[in-house]
Amino acid sequence: MIKARVTVTLKNGVLDPQGKAIEHALGGLGFGGVGSVRQGKVFDLELDATDKAKAEADLKAMCDKLLANTVIENYTVTLI
Amino acid sequence: MKSAVVLLPGLNRDRDMIAALTKISGKPPVTVWETDTEIPDVDLIVIPGGFSYGDYLRCGAIAARMPALKAVADKAAKGVMVIGVCNGFQILVESGLLPGALMRNTSLKFVCREVKLQIANANTAFTRNYQPGQIIRCPVAHHDGNYFADAETLARLEGNGQVVFRYAEGTNPNGSINDIAGIVSAKGNVLGLMPHPENLIEAAHGGSDGRGLFESALGIAA
Repeated sequence: MIKARVTVTLKNGVLDPQGKAIEHALGGLGFGGVGSVRQGKVFDLELDATDKAKAEADLKAMCDKLLANTVIENYTVTLI
Repeated sequence: MKSAVVLLPGLNRDRDMIAALTKISGKPPVTVWETDTEIPDVDLIVIPGGFSYGDYLRCGAIAARMPALKAVADKAAKGVMVIGVCNGFQILVESGLLPGALMRNTSLKFVCREVKLQIANANTAFTRNYQPGQIIRCPVAHHDGNYFADAETLARLEGNGQVVFRYAEGTNPNGSINDIAGIVSAKGNVLGLMPHPENLIEAAHGGSDGRGLFESALGIAA
């Protein structure tokens, strides 16, 4: 079995109102100097596979087809 | 003209849409279920609003990958008219039938109110019964209606007249770029919009400003 972590983040230049709200909330809790917060998503996957190269290619295809919206999001795939 | 309505689990504006199409066209639309791989021979396909698949992952993301949406894409490629309202618009951008993306409202709040819409292009299959620049009333109800597209896509949309509806008179409810409320595809046969014209079609609704959109699409004279 191969375990993988996919991280999806917003592209630069895409507004992130949720990140902004979190940034303000952190300021309200007294954490000064938080310049920016960008919210993203993490997916942990378990694949019934042994071929790491194929698993990585499959994971990228999963990101392109569903896990990320590449109009607004970037993704990284890490085997763990 | 014949119409179809796509049904997906979690949509909740389907009955309103079916009622509107029935009242305006004089016959009920056929319904298409999420797993249907073919859509009957119709002139207009409508994807109504709601919360398909609970808005999981991203609004419209799961619905866009269902067999029924593949069937919608096949019909759209053949020139059949498609309208996506609210969640339907989100599904159309997720499926790639329309460019851009719909992000969380800048207020972070679910917005349910009436807005003013300007007819930004009255020369489309969906707006020909309106006057250019006409301002109409229309209800909105959404949490993720903040239209976004990269600079290149936006320039192309604006240059081609693909922006069809704009929020007018300072009523932009979601922070949408260039006040965009609705766009059409490059070929002009696929329309997506966040507002709900199906909820303003008769006196009982308090007005009929939304009727023109369906009458335009169904080829009914103004």
